[in-house]
Amino acid sequence: MSNQDLKVKVWRGAQEGEFIEYLVPRNSNQTVLDVVTYIQRKLDPTLSYRFACRVGMCGSCAMTVNGVARWTCRTHVSQIVEGDSLEIAPLNNLPVIKDLATDMREFFNKWKGAVGFFKGDKTRHDDFAKVEPESAERQLANAGIECIGCGVCYSSCEVVEKRPNYLGPAALNRAWTLTNDVRDVQQLDRLRAVAGDEGCHACHTQGSCTERCPKKLEPTASIAGLKKLVARAAVRGSKWGKL
Amino acid sequence: MSQAVLQAKLWYAQRISAMVLGLCVSIHLIIIFYAIRGGLSAEEILGRTQGNIAFAIFYEIFVLACFVHAPIGLANILEETFCKGFISKALSWILAALIIVLGTTAVIGVFTGGAL
Repeated sequence: MSNQDLKVKVWRGAQEGEFIEYLVPRNSNQTVLDVVTYIQRKLDPTLSYRFACRVGMCGSCAMTVNGVARWTCRTHVSQIVEGDSLEIAPLNNLPVIKDLATDMREFFNKWKGAVGFFKGDKTRHDDFAKVEPESAERQLANAGIECIGCGVCYSSCEVVEKRPNYLGPAALNRAWTLTNDVRDVQQLDRLRAVAGDEGCHACHTQGSCTERCPKKLEPTASIAGLKKLVARAAVRGSKWGKL
Repeated sequence: MSQAVLQAKLWYAQRISAMVLGLCVSIHLIIIFYAIRGGLSAEEILGRTQGNIAFAIFYEIFVLACFVHAPIGLANILEETFCKGFISKALSWILAALIIVLGTTAVIGVFTGGAL
């Protein structure tokens, strides 16, 4: 071990497992993903983890580093290292497949459960929809549209931890951007899907999702928007009808 | 009414009642500061509140806001901490009944000076 080595504890196993320590040479501008890649390529090729783009676009490489969910490709070791130690674990609130790779099916199924997908009523023969960039709806959608689906918010959410059926911040953020998409035709279905104690009203507004979102989005604000929209639709009705 | 719509309505009711409570608590605190200027005695309080209809209406609104707000919150806490079902609903309704009965009794008491 040299003075420049990092002591890296990495979760090995599935739901049951243990942390194994590896020594990884310290480099300047080294990211956490670089560390994991070094371990897999030089020290233990059986280590499983997930990544793709390495530049913060694809949302595949999120892990729990020193107890906090982060995107590892854009997290420099120097920003978070505690002494010379790192602890790298899979994301919380998701089943572990092996080592650092989690099963994301539940996470994405909840997007579907929140009607987090677009459906329009135009065909290729119709003209383009015209959406004013400055319109209120477009601005609200813009605020949440850059989600990369990394699962950091979902993994950081205490409500998801407590209530496994809760749709979670990412799915609700997606639903919110779509409620502000004037071309979409399934708005009432979406409001019904996100209402109730498995949807937006379960959020405690603790804000961990907003605190940790690597894209600096504010799912808490999106969920607050949904709460108001859904409650008004239930009591007074909405522009799409009453719940 | 579906469970989700009921939940949305309850959330709305709790939010509106929270707004009322925020206002009521502020006024209540101001009244307390005003009331204790020259010491505090039962006679002094009753002297101000007895027959004062504005006082009675204000505090009954306070009671009604608590009646809406607290039981919904209690039900949510019980359901999230323990489990959904009859017990959380029953305890919330008991709390609601206690707040409305005891609160209104107190308002009537200070309005009439215990004459009723």
